[in-house]
Amino acid sequence: MIPNLASPGWAVALIFIPLLGAMLAFLLPRIGVTLGLLAAVLTAGSVLPLLPMLAAHGATNIRIGGWGAPLGIELSIDGLTMAMLAMTALVGIAVSAYATCYLRPVPSRPDGQPDLQQRHFWPLWLVLWAALNALFLSSDIFNLYVTLELLGLAAVALTALSGGADALNGAMRYLLVSLLGSLGYLLGVALLYHAYGTLDLGLLALRVGDETVTRAALGAMTAGLLVKTALFPLHFWLPPAHASASAPVSALLSALVVKASFYLLLRLWLTLFGDLDSGLATLLGVLGAIAILWGSIQALRQARLKLLIAYSTVAQIGYLFLAFPLAATGGAVVWGAAVYLVLSHALAKAAMFLTAGSLLRFGAHDRIADLDRVVHRLPITIGAFTLAGVSIMGLPPSGGFIGKWLLLQAAFSQGRWGLALVMLAGGLLAAAYVFKVIGYAFTPAVVPHQAGLVPPTMEWTALALGAGAILLGFAWPLLWPLLEIGMPFGALAPDPGAAVGPWLGGPRILAP
Amino acid sequence: MTPASLYALVGVGLIVLGLYALSVHAHLLRKLLAFNVTGSGVFLVLVGLARRTPAAAADPVPQAMVLTGIVVAVAATALAVVLMLRVQATCGRAALNDDLGTLEPLQPPPTPPAGGPAASAGSAEGAPPALTGTTAHAP
Repeated sequence: MIPNLASPGWAVALIFIPLLGAMLAFLLPRIGVTLGLLAAVLTAGSVLPLLPMLAAHGATNIRIGGWGAPLGIELSIDGLTMAMLAMTALVGIAVSAYATCYLRPVPSRPDGQPDLQQRHFWPLWLVLWAALNALFLSSDIFNLYVTLELLGLAAVALTALSGGADALNGAMRYLLVSLLGSLGYLLGVALLYHAYGTLDLGLLALRVGDETVTRAALGAMTAGLLVKTALFPLHFWLPPAHASASAPVSALLSALVVKASFYLLLRLWLTLFGDLDSGLATLLGVLGAIAILWGSIQALRQARLKLLIAYSTVAQIGYLFLAFPLAATGGAVVWGAAVYLVLSHALAKAAMFLTAGSLLRFGAHDRIADLDRVVHRLPITIGAFTLAGVSIMGLPPSGGFIGKWLLLQAAFSQGRWGLALVMLAGGLLAAAYVFKVIGYAFTPAVVPHQAGLVPPTMEWTALALGAGAILLGFAWPLLWPLLEIGMPFGALAPDPGAAVGPWLGGPRILAP
Repeated sequence: MTPASLYALVGVGLIVLGLYALSVHAHLLRKLLAFNVTGSGVFLVLVGLARRTPAAAADPVPQAMVLTGIVVAVAATALAVVLMLRVQATCGRAALNDDLGTLEPLQPPPTPPAGGPAASAGSAEGAPPALTGTTAHAP
């Protein structure tokens, strides 16, 4: 059966193509890179037909094999899912292009085989992509557990791929933490199934009530997912793992993998747990605020670029959790802001890690103080870092600005001055650590550089991602109606256009 | 107390035991075993809670879930064992190093050149050492 255009079959293809590509790339390592790239292009392309389908029909449930819930396992797609799929496709295609250059056989093997890192990267990355897509599409909480585990195992293997002592240590710690998080989630699944007798998210949403067992499930699942999302103080595993992996892998981990567990938490919160008045939202907000300050200060203190970027991820994850206390009265726009931060951080952080990889290739080190006027030799790379930095700082007109502005506005209108102050301080600290890097890129170092060649593909993919993070700032009027398809955030906001301010214009409503 | 809730309580006990062992033991094999004990605890809770009402027959769905969970746990354990062996081969001991965030530098900072500039123009050797490090699989 070949799915026609605008058919929900493309959602199945989004999981099937990367899995098939992973198997083929593993079995045929000689053409593994070609197969991997082909699978990446096809997977990213399969997102496109879903867009008109979603615009025409609204949120859709897809019954795999014709079996609906509760017996079958359904996939479902709404605006939130679509945004995450598109984010994965954009970052995925850029990182794939980057990886072909970054992981080039060094030194070339005489037998014409790609080197081991290149050979194992493609199957693992494609499995990771399949797991991400499956996670975003699943609407069955046990299926979500399986995708979560698949994601974790693939991510850990990718981390270990670069093979040094740091990478192995980071990967090992990441594996233990990831497995523990999954078990917490699974415990919640067990409790929910016991209480309500279904695994389907839609059916659970109808049946779930404010009972002890629901609260226990909320606690177990949230704890498990917080560990995986690396919210302060559970972030300890993230910097070693993200900083020691090879650059394309770091980009994938920071941009996509932590977002997947955040998405799952958000989805559970929106469909099942949002109505429970547990005080957990306030706790998440406080932890998020501490994460912003702690992560930013740690980032500022780092001497190595990749660690700086990794700690910046810890800080930026904090912003996402500020939405939990603010959304109680702020409503759908606050959730939209959080998702906007997820999207722009994914693009910006991927760009930053790819930049770090290019600088690493150029100078064979990533000590910030030794960047040595690298801007003369790699202006595009430093440009990409700056564009990404603008979004991370939250300066207009970037995607990060829109998300932070909306959160800030919600905090002001609710009189939560503490959160607003933390957000502003986080922006200043982010500016400090971004300019620290850019400053050293313009400063001559004591020691001259050992300059390596950086292929143009590596420079331009990073720039494309950085520019994407900026362009996202102009896309709010287009993206907000898309996010609202299927109303994943509950009731429609009274006037989302007014929240952004007149300079961006009101939202355009897609065909009803 | 019904047998089902007894199973579930024992499961919770195993989870707590596993978490405790996971946090106090440094050796990776012990951590791995602790993770497996925790996993067994979760599976026991799943099976124990399968009988949703005292009168009804046990629900087969949680048992299918436990089977899937066991498959996942076996795969995860296999990956963890391989990783543990690599850690031991690389670092000399099967334990995590505790100095978080203070990763060893990729290469020592170069000393200022005494004579002429040591800078050599770009070549394939300028690649980061991470690329030439050992990988998780023998060739």
